[in-house]
Amino acid sequence: MSAVVYEMKKSLLKIMREPLGALGISLVILMIFSAIFADLIASADPSKISPRDRFLPPSFDHLMGTDQLGRDLFARILHGGRIALAVALFTTAVSLIIGTVLGLLAGYGPRWLDNVLLLLFDTVKSFPTVMLALALVTLFGPSLTSVIIVVVLVNVPGYARIIRTQTLTLKSAEFVTAAQSMGASTMRILRVHMLPNTIGPLLILVSMDIPVVIAIEAGMSFLGLGVRPPTPSWGAILNDGFTAIRDTPWIAVAGGLPIILTTLGFTFLGETLRDIFDPRMKRR
Amino acid sequence: MNILEIKNLNVSFQTETGDLHALRDVSFAVPKNCIVGVVGESGCGKSTLINTILGLLAQNGRVDSGEVVFHDQNLITLSHQDMQNIRGVKISTVFQDPMGALNPVISVGKQMEHIQYRSKESREEKRQNAIAMLKQVRIPDPENALMRHPHEFSGGMKQRISIAMALMMKPDLLIADEPTTALDATLEIATIELLKELQEQIGCSILFISHHLGVIAELCEKVLVMYAGEVVERGTAKQIFHNSLHPYTQKLLECDPARLSDHNQVLPTIPGEIPDLHHPHRGCIFFDRCHVSAEICQTQPQDAAQGDHIARCHMVKPC
Repeated sequence: MSAVVYEMKKSLLKIMREPLGALGISLVILMIFSAIFADLIASADPSKISPRDRFLPPSFDHLMGTDQLGRDLFARILHGGRIALAVALFTTAVSLIIGTVLGLLAGYGPRWLDNVLLLLFDTVKSFPTVMLALALVTLFGPSLTSVIIVVVLVNVPGYARIIRTQTLTLKSAEFVTAAQSMGASTMRILRVHMLPNTIGPLLILVSMDIPVVIAIEAGMSFLGLGVRPPTPSWGAILNDGFTAIRDTPWIAVAGGLPIILTTLGFTFLGETLRDIFDPRMKRR
Repeated sequence: MNILEIKNLNVSFQTETGDLHALRDVSFAVPKNCIVGVVGESGCGKSTLINTILGLLAQNGRVDSGEVVFHDQNLITLSHQDMQNIRGVKISTVFQDPMGALNPVISVGKQMEHIQYRSKESREEKRQNAIAMLKQVRIPDPENALMRHPHEFSGGMKQRISIAMALMMKPDLLIADEPTTALDATLEIATIELLKELQEQIGCSILFISHHLGVIAELCEKVLVMYAGEVVERGTAKQIFHNSLHPYTQKLLECDPARLSDHNQVLPTIPGEIPDLHHPHRGCIFFDRCHVSAEICQTQPQDAAQGDHIARCHMVKPC
């Protein structure tokens, strides 16, 4: 693990040196911070309905106004951030674990298994996300679980492919042969030599994928396929605002702004990470 | 007493264009406390030989016949698990490229600790073992070196670290696969002296593979000369370098730049090419390129022994 810490420390310094990376990491930290301390930052109850306060414009009492049921939008956004972050972190962790196992199997296992797994990845990848989401929601009903399953299915092939590629390149690396000739077992080689070498590219993919996950969650909730009301979700807020966008545009802004900021934050972070790990890919 | 004895080993690879006979009737022995050199051109089967001993032949490789006897055990028939327990403990290996032999993302200390994973000692004891070993290969400030990553060391230091790692478990046999080829001349000499010294301290045998004749002459007591998958000549270093019997060895020595007395514009080479091993070969393997070949050379020559000096040539008369 010390290698990971070392790499992370080094990367963090490099990220802060890039203006875009610094902006990205600030947005990400802001998002995580506000999601964790949502209760402290916004004192209002995000689910409390007060019919007298419907469609109030932004003011000191309601920093971002209220929605059609009189709920405080600022509180709803912060709590919506919790959902978005939880979905993003949980699904990424699950996809990473599944993707790593499948990727290692494909890369280090026998040839036929590699072919089978590749076919599987390509099949899953070839489904449009929305169609996959619709199909799953029809099966399981709209819920947070459906969102998570969709996101994991969409993400696993990407992680698995990256691990597979890394494993294939490392398979013939001399230090792997050396480890073999020193009596290391296959499990040992995978754990000690393969995994630490895949962390760099994985880190990039994770930070590039998180905005996609957040967008999928928001998108599904917007379409009514995801989180059920009254749980606050950015997508649901956006949908609430969408119906009344001409008269009360602040609701749509409240739903859209955090999606945009978080997505930008993670994307900037991811691109900076990619530039650091793989300078050849840098855009000119 | 022989640590390793290879008897009539035949290895072939299945390829799309037919079987490739990579090793044909290879026999030799590595005595205890002895450094045995293997010399030959690229593609003569040196690496196949090592991989066969280690049981790490590629998927398409197969041992057709013969035995690899190590401590009275035939390694060829040993199970995967048993073989794994011998690798790294009884037999260990140093590779050609010191840049590639160490994992770039793990600190040297971690790697040296990982390599002792079979021992039940505490982490601190393992660390002390690593420090002691690094001291033996003369790495300055070993405590500090353990915390550093491979890229922070020079090529020579990395190779010494690899050697330290290989000798960590005090093996009976060290296989050194061209360990000095990637190093410059001064480092090469230093590494060879180090190997010789460590071999005496630990009391292991070394199977030293190289295509550098000078290094072999310097380091090894016994020498095998390989050509196109066959051991064409074997004997003591003195016999091979001063009284070579096989025409190939003689030609090879003539081509050694270090032995040329006058300055030539063109380096001498052996005319012809290594035979294609895809087809079963009839007669002497060196027939096409030999300067003394005769009618009889179209039949397979047998090993002819003059005492412990053996050459696979019709022209050598056993005595």
